[in-house]
Amino acid sequence: MNGIHDMGGMQDMGPIQHENKELVFHHPWEGRVYAIDRALRAFGKWNIDVWRREIELIPADEYLRMSYYERWLEADEKLLLANGLVSTTELATGTPDATLVKSVPVFTAAVAARSLGRGIPSGHDPNVLPLFSVGQRVRAREINPIGHTQLPRYARGKFGVITIDHGVYTFPDTNAHFLGQKRQHVYSVRFTARELWGESASPRDTVNIDMWDDYLELA
Amino acid sequence: MAENDKTPLGRRGFLRTAAASAAATALPTVAQSKDAEHDHQDLPSDLALRVKALESLLVEKGLVDPAALDVLVDNFENKIGPRDGARVIARAWADPAYKARLLADAPAAIAELGFTSGQGEHMLIVENGPKVHNLVVCTLCSCYPWPVLGLPPVWYKSAPYRSRAVIDPRGVLAEFGTQIDEDVEVRVWDSTAELRYIVLPERPAGTDHLSEEQLAALVTRDAMIGVAKVSWPGKAP
Repeated sequence: MNGIHDMGGMQDMGPIQHENKELVFHHPWEGRVYAIDRALRAFGKWNIDVWRREIELIPADEYLRMSYYERWLEADEKLLLANGLVSTTELATGTPDATLVKSVPVFTAAVAARSLGRGIPSGHDPNVLPLFSVGQRVRAREINPIGHTQLPRYARGKFGVITIDHGVYTFPDTNAHFLGQKRQHVYSVRFTARELWGESASPRDTVNIDMWDDYLELA
Repeated sequence: MAENDKTPLGRRGFLRTAAASAAATALPTVAQSKDAEHDHQDLPSDLALRVKALESLLVEKGLVDPAALDVLVDNFENKIGPRDGARVIARAWADPAYKARLLADAPAAIAELGFTSGQGEHMLIVENGPKVHNLVVCTLCSCYPWPVLGLPPVWYKSAPYRSRAVIDPRGVLAEFGTQIDEDVEVRVWDSTAELRYIVLPERPAGTDHLSEEQLAALVTRDAMIGVAKVSWPGKAP
């Protein structure tokens, strides 16, 4: 979806606000939202791409107004409702529906402690062959899907060169819509700044973007 | 979209009364916040209450274990952070064999030092040199190498940085006080997939006599994102 989240190349967002000795969480509620999000994902009702998609569905004006963890809160409340983990009434009143059976948390403190050493499952799979190879000149497809994609707008239709084959990863465009993992190779594709931005860009600079097989075609 | 895009007034009313105890502590914190100045964002004062209410609902329904939440918060507030990344960089400067392993297989080399938490299986180290300066961004969201740098700073997740790092990297670097010569390539990495990038900065001249610990103290988070270089002020910090 050509949403506000896909902001690479915009120029009207103001100066960067650097903070000295920045806190990890600026308010206690931010840490709680972060942790609630991790705990809820353990139910397996949604995956990280579904969650990213939910954040991208926040309307542009709200997205820009909201702080980072407020977007997480918004997405998690929506996903709780959509997956029937809480009802609209429960969320509005803050009181559990007494007629429902109480669940047992999946994500206990012990599970949380063990989870600290685990990352996103992905990587090598000899059964999935790459469609492209390092050194090949490629073009990022010109696509404008209404669903989730991680092919940024500023690179679409542009020519680049594959510099690294990162291995096999879940394809977010399908995974975000429960349409399967469609695992495929991801590459680092190097674009010159001039290819992306025109003659006013530095002749030396490059932008390197990670792209799945399905985002690319041979140039 | 669900119908309650905006918090209904009834719910706000509920939040203010039912979570009155939370209000006593949480509201002043929000009121004194400097976030609005930093973000140019309008933070509703009832966010703390809304989260408090959500957490108690989830706990009462048996969906969330508050002790598990404490473990995660404590991990990022007190255990993981850019000091870990700085140790990796200092080791790479001090030990060429380690640096070779780090460039070849970052997750394994980083795990040697004991850092292995989530969002980190697919880390890649990109090395600065006399003709290359690397800069890391996530234009679509906020992807960041958590295991070695902790959670990203607000500016990294903000619209100004995400939008301009790819189209005007030299302008962005200048805002951080970092000048890059015209004949040096600024190599921007947009983390659009599950790969997480960490910059290996150039070791500053005149630091041959420093210990690994002294070197680590010079390495900043900003240098590992690529918005700054590492400098040697002439005496150990």
